[in-house]
Amino acid sequence: MQKRLVLDQQQIDITLKRFCYQLIENHDDFENTVFLGLQPRGTLLLDKIVALLKEISGIAVPSGYLDATFHRDDFRRRDFPLKANETKIDFLVEGKKVVLIDDVLYKGRSVRAAMDAMIAFGRPQKVELMVLVDRRLTRDYPILPDYYGLKVNTLDSQYVVVEWVAQGNPADAIWITEKVTS
Amino acid sequence: MSQLSTRHLLGIKELSEADIQLVLETATNFKEVINRPIKKVPSLRDITIANIFFENSTRTRLSFELAEKRLSADVVNFSSSNSSVKKGETLVDTVNNILAMKVDMVVMRHASPGAPHFLSKYVPANVVNAGDGTHEHPTQALLDAFSMQEKLGDLKGKKIAIIGDILHSRVALSNIFCLQKLGAEVRVCGPVTLIPKYIESLGVKVELDLQKILNWCDVANVLRIQLERQQIKYFPSLREYSLYYGINKKMLDGLNKEIVVMHPGPINRGVELSSDAADSAHSIILDQVENGVAVRMAVLYLLAGAKG
Repeated sequence: MQKRLVLDQQQIDITLKRFCYQLIENHDDFENTVFLGLQPRGTLLLDKIVALLKEISGIAVPSGYLDATFHRDDFRRRDFPLKANETKIDFLVEGKKVVLIDDVLYKGRSVRAAMDAMIAFGRPQKVELMVLVDRRLTRDYPILPDYYGLKVNTLDSQYVVVEWVAQGNPADAIWITEKVTS
Repeated sequence: MSQLSTRHLLGIKELSEADIQLVLETATNFKEVINRPIKKVPSLRDITIANIFFENSTRTRLSFELAEKRLSADVVNFSSSNSSVKKGETLVDTVNNILAMKVDMVVMRHASPGAPHFLSKYVPANVVNAGDGTHEHPTQALLDAFSMQEKLGDLKGKKIAIIGDILHSRVALSNIFCLQKLGAEVRVCGPVTLIPKYIESLGVKVELDLQKILNWCDVANVLRIQLERQQIKYFPSLREYSLYYGINKKMLDGLNKEIVVMHPGPINRGVELSSDAADSAHSIILDQVENGVAVRMAVLYLLAGAKG
């Protein structure tokens, strides 16, 4: 299986720092800002951003995990339903500036579902999207990120794999791999 | 695994432990959903569900209807008292006529044991058993297990007592199957006339002394005396039953241990449970009702989710 490294540990560290400084530029003291990490993989990126931002600015931004399984548009169109993950949001987003955080932006369908799920917690003032990797040629919905680490040109026959040390990998890394066809 | 091994929920007996765990895990997600400011998700928006109740029900029918509405399903309700069943229509004809109006799922309560099993063979829709006579009440057992897990954690090795009218109770049978599959030890307690003859063949011990079973158990699941199903006298009087098998708060406090008291409802206050016991800190009866909606959402979601 072909596997190509597109971001290594050092590049990811730099990208995360850049994200933090961009957030500081756009959100000042974060008084009215909340972060939502999209389940299942955006939550690891969220945790890293929250920790790094605290280290850089001393500000602890309220954050939560959002699962959009029950809002997906492919229910009954898959062989079996997807298993839901935990939604853990102990605040309302009414009137807040929300930054949705995910690892990879692919079709845009998960983000659409996530925005639908988010509305259950109130009407936000503004919503932004942060992704580590933007797969720009594969979008089904008109969704673009406000913050991105890397734009890649990929085919549907490829995967973008994000590995984190927190998941037991030797280093943080992002790979592009080919899907195995039988 | 994210798929049930069955396309109908007819009884707990047919489910595997993995099926039960999947329902309970999914119910955890739905419990979070029903505690949101907007308690609704769009998953079942293209599904129509018929609630067909040939027997009286308040809690179960409302709970199913709420679960369906919170999943955005379209709902039609049917009760036998004002239907063509009275005019002699058969069960399969009644249900097939409802399905001809493009209904996808059927939730049915029926007085005859096995009615939903029979129906599932003759109709193309997913069938959910909401209680069939004295046989099974699977969603009640699932919500009971969910409520116990919420309170006690993993049920492996936990001691559960089912107390009261075991003979006429579909809740008892479904609870026994469900709790045993989850690794709990189950005993039943009640007057000897209300204990089924061969219950021990299910691996369930019988205890006739209420005080002894309360000393033994972590959870007391108390059942109602089902007078409507009793054609003969099984005990001299309700007063006598209450003296021997009624639970009050003084008894519970006297145990000097954590004990969880449950009841599937409706409670006959002063018969199987005194008011002070039903409303005490030991009781999780209203949690059961809340959890019922989440568990039924999980069941409907998982059954409806499979393609084709």
